[in-house]
Amino acid sequence: MIPATFDYVRPDSLADAVSALSGGGEDAKVLAGGQSLMPMLRIRLASPTLLVDCSRLAELRGISDDGDAIVIGASTPHHDVMHDPLVMAHAPLIARTTAMVADPAIRHRGTFGGSLAHADPAGDLPTVSLVLGAQMVLAGPNGRRTVAASDFFVDYFTTALEPDEILVSVRIPKLGAGWGYDYQKFHRTAQAWAIVGVAAAVRRENGTIAEARVGLTNMAASPGRAATTESALAGAAANVDAIAAAAAHAADGTNPTSDLHAKADFRQHLARVLTGRAVRVAAGV
Amino acid sequence: MTATVEHVANIGRPLRRKEDARLLTGQTQWTDSIKLPGALHMTLVRSPVAHARITSVDKSAAEAMPNVVAVFTAADLGDLNARIPCVWPVTDDIVMPEFPVLAIDEVRHVGDVVAAVLATDAASAEDALEGVHVEYDTLPAVGDLEAALADGASLVHSSAGTNQCYTMNVPNGDYAAAKAASDVVVSRRFIQQRLIPSPMEPRAVAVSPMGTSGELTVWSATQIPHVLRVLLALSTGIPENRLRVIAPDVGGGFGAKLQLYREEILALVLANKLGRPVKWTETRSENMVATHHGRGQIQDIEIAATKDGILKGLKVTLTADMGAYLQIITPGIPLLGMFMYNGIYKMDAYDFSCTAVFTTKTPTDAYRGAGRPESTYAIERIMDELAAELGMDPLGLRRKNWITHEEFPYTTIAGLTYDTGNYEAATARALELFGYDELRAEQKRRRDSGDVVQLGIGVSTFTEMCGLAPSRTLGALKYVAGGWENCTIRVLPLGKVELVTGTSPHGQGHETAWSQIAADVIGVPVEDIEIIHGDTGRAPYGMDTYGSRSLAVGGQAILRAGEKVVEKAKLIAAHQMEANPDDLEFVDGAFRVKGDPERSTTIQAVAFEAFTAHNLPDGMEPTLSGESTVDPADFSFPHGTHLAAIEVDTETGKATVRKYVCVDDVGVQINPMIVEGQVHGGVAQGIGQALYEGAEYDDDGNLLTATLADYLIPSAADLPSFITDQTVTPSTTHPLGTKGVGEAGAIASTPAIINGVVDALRHLGVTDVTMPATPEAVWRTIVAAQSGAQA
Repeated sequence: MIPATFDYVRPDSLADAVSALSGGGEDAKVLAGGQSLMPMLRIRLASPTLLVDCSRLAELRGISDDGDAIVIGASTPHHDVMHDPLVMAHAPLIARTTAMVADPAIRHRGTFGGSLAHADPAGDLPTVSLVLGAQMVLAGPNGRRTVAASDFFVDYFTTALEPDEILVSVRIPKLGAGWGYDYQKFHRTAQAWAIVGVAAAVRRENGTIAEARVGLTNMAASPGRAATTESALAGAAANVDAIAAAAAHAADGTNPTSDLHAKADFRQHLARVLTGRAVRVAAGV
Repeated sequence: MTATVEHVANIGRPLRRKEDARLLTGQTQWTDSIKLPGALHMTLVRSPVAHARITSVDKSAAEAMPNVVAVFTAADLGDLNARIPCVWPVTDDIVMPEFPVLAIDEVRHVGDVVAAVLATDAASAEDALEGVHVEYDTLPAVGDLEAALADGASLVHSSAGTNQCYTMNVPNGDYAAAKAASDVVVSRRFIQQRLIPSPMEPRAVAVSPMGTSGELTVWSATQIPHVLRVLLALSTGIPENRLRVIAPDVGGGFGAKLQLYREEILALVLANKLGRPVKWTETRSENMVATHHGRGQIQDIEIAATKDGILKGLKVTLTADMGAYLQIITPGIPLLGMFMYNGIYKMDAYDFSCTAVFTTKTPTDAYRGAGRPESTYAIERIMDELAAELGMDPLGLRRKNWITHEEFPYTTIAGLTYDTGNYEAATARALELFGYDELRAEQKRRRDSGDVVQLGIGVSTFTEMCGLAPSRTLGALKYVAGGWENCTIRVLPLGKVELVTGTSPHGQGHETAWSQIAADVIGVPVEDIEIIHGDTGRAPYGMDTYGSRSLAVGGQAILRAGEKVVEKAKLIAAHQMEANPDDLEFVDGAFRVKGDPERSTTIQAVAFEAFTAHNLPDGMEPTLSGESTVDPADFSFPHGTHLAAIEVDTETGKATVRKYVCVDDVGVQINPMIVEGQVHGGVAQGIGQALYEGAEYDDDGNLLTATLADYLIPSAADLPSFITDQTVTPSTTHPLGTKGVGEAGAIASTPAIINGVVDALRHLGVTDVTMPATPEAVWRTIVAAQSGAQA
């Protein structure tokens, strides 16, 4: 439980952090809340040579209103996110889901951006950011660039971040009136990772479902959308039967992993059941 | 022996635990926080494979690393490579393979130890593990118990010629005749999965060879400092009078620290060899593979009854997983259950047999309840299955067969004499708190409406045995130790009290409970009593803490030692007051001449007189103390009725404990708050076995549940608020009427939960679920039952 030797820097500015990171080469890692990275260091699953601690960079903390979007600083702790008035007003799905992440101690240290950059396939917030159409703002030696959530999550624990880039903030478009949300997290104990999770955002119009977005957690190497279900829901009646018919396709085209916590067919079954539940809640049915 | 507690003031009070402030804030000394100047830190090269020949060990890179002092293999240790003894050879022809501290030529489970690294700091010792290169020639893993017994199976210990450790059959009554006289026979195979005890504090040991006159001091996170000293002397040859073993504050044990471990031996022999302190602290990852596991049994259970539900006979056939080696009492764990499979029920015959098997997995040994959770699970599960077969209410079937309160003491078919009990009263109270009839009505509504969430009611009417004793009984079972306990109470010159106990608490609250007993016996305030424990230098005699024995056995020694103090004090007081001792009464710490209230003295004043010794009765020795070693007459048998309301989401298979009521009868309670805490923890741990925990291995013998992210332990967030209550049926084998409570919750709750899960799903055709009843396991059970029903 003792990490291998590494160097540690805590820059005072984002610019210094980027330059420390690019100077550190392939084996340099960003340390945010440390709630995933530190355990990996302690059991020596990861052995970076340099940690660049970004947890205290003021530029990376806080939540602001940016007109048609809210902007969440990458180093904002989960606890702050879930209690933030802007988040609760304009992205309540994030508040609801963040409350299901691990336990209070972890939520006080773990960060929103850290969860996204870590890209654990069982992570809840990547799926939610995908469903909400989030835009990731990255800073690197050549300046900033913006990557859509749909392009950000690449593979197991892999994102579009280059080794010398830091996730600065996440723009979450405000969804207007008429939208309902839910996240169904299926796990065995309160602190455990999701075996499967389903995020749903549904816009109702005149008793029908005008538009639906359904995101799946842990059904693949990275979060995905249940495309067949989404199309089946678009224009469907907002009732139990229509939702059930659409949810029956939630696992179409998925090829989830079989592991200690669930075999693939159980994951697919759960994806269908949880999609039905999440969409019903989101659609107010 | 009769109690002399005349004016009960402290026994029975829910006093806050004296020890909690330091334990909860960590302002205390754990083994890992002991700093020894010049200490070497030990890390261990462990086998990454389940079974292999060691073809070479190259330690040169590690030896060249900074701060590394030495690396030892079995070859380097030579004669110092001690063997771990098994002290419970349960049969005459038991196979007991050698268990060397460092593996010799062959490793037999993931985590087996190949080499020990010593460095001047912990980080260097950890780094140096990567510098020891071991080459393995892989041998077949042996995992499945039945396959291991088949002809031609790969062998864990090739020299033994078999994977069978022992086999035994103990018939009680004529089972064949009982079965022939029955109308109904129900049989089930239950699997007691392997469990990983996971105390909050992992193990740790520190050894200093710097004691006076060559004494070696061993600090260990152990439950058994006294037994450990004997076992360390036995295994290393270091004379016991040169060993002092100290268990500082210990963060939980659950049986996993009732052990002699190779790391303790290594730290001792290396400190002795090098003349420097040696320290080792287990990582959580090591704990999962290196600290013994619990359970691991296949239970084939058959019960026979008349059509009216009168039990005739029970047949139990166990196959028990020993793991790769025998730890100190590994073979005896199934036997601790052997006496209890009949539970609280009367029957004509009970046939028990057990076959113990070696596998290439971590050794098994005691885990909270040790044998009794397994037996209680089997009988309480099969009673529910029998009730279903007979179309009877599960409690109705139990009532027909349990020992009634007028029948105690009752000698069971297994040959034990249950001292006391009142199953009727505990059950009646539990039903009242539970709302049984209302929940049955809700269950029916949910069934009728085909609700996604079904409700089940799980029943467990359990008993268990506390206080492994008397010693001669243990001898008859081939257990190589006694079952007595020791206590010394010293009233110091200024009236403060030292109570020296041979029990060794690791979370149980002995400092508070023992103070309450002693305070009442010798009449001093609870806060004036200091409890000295867990140090063979300060508390030289003891048999330590396990098997719910501390109060059941140790409590008797406290009482008797206190009585001796009062007897001596009374003689001194009478002498001082020039009165006849028979004319004195002792109330609330004061000796008074009966009928003459002006003439009195206190026990504290007497203690000072005993210290100055200026005016003692002729021939009396100075100082005021009393010592007692008690070997109890028999076990005691707490019992209780636990009822669980379980909701099962039939779409996802997730089982949730909605309501849990337990009424425990542990006899007279010394501190009801501690009793309740023990019940809470035990129930949670039993729910852990039922729903969450299980050590999973792959076919190659790799432990898959090797972290706490994969081996899931429930937390408070996963559990309901338990509703606890008690009935009090005093024990007749204990002068205070107390029984024991350390394991009751863990013993009782597992079958209550699984009975509830099965009850929720029985109308769907489900007759059993495997443990842990994970959502996936339950969902697959439902799917299989429904496809079976359709077929």
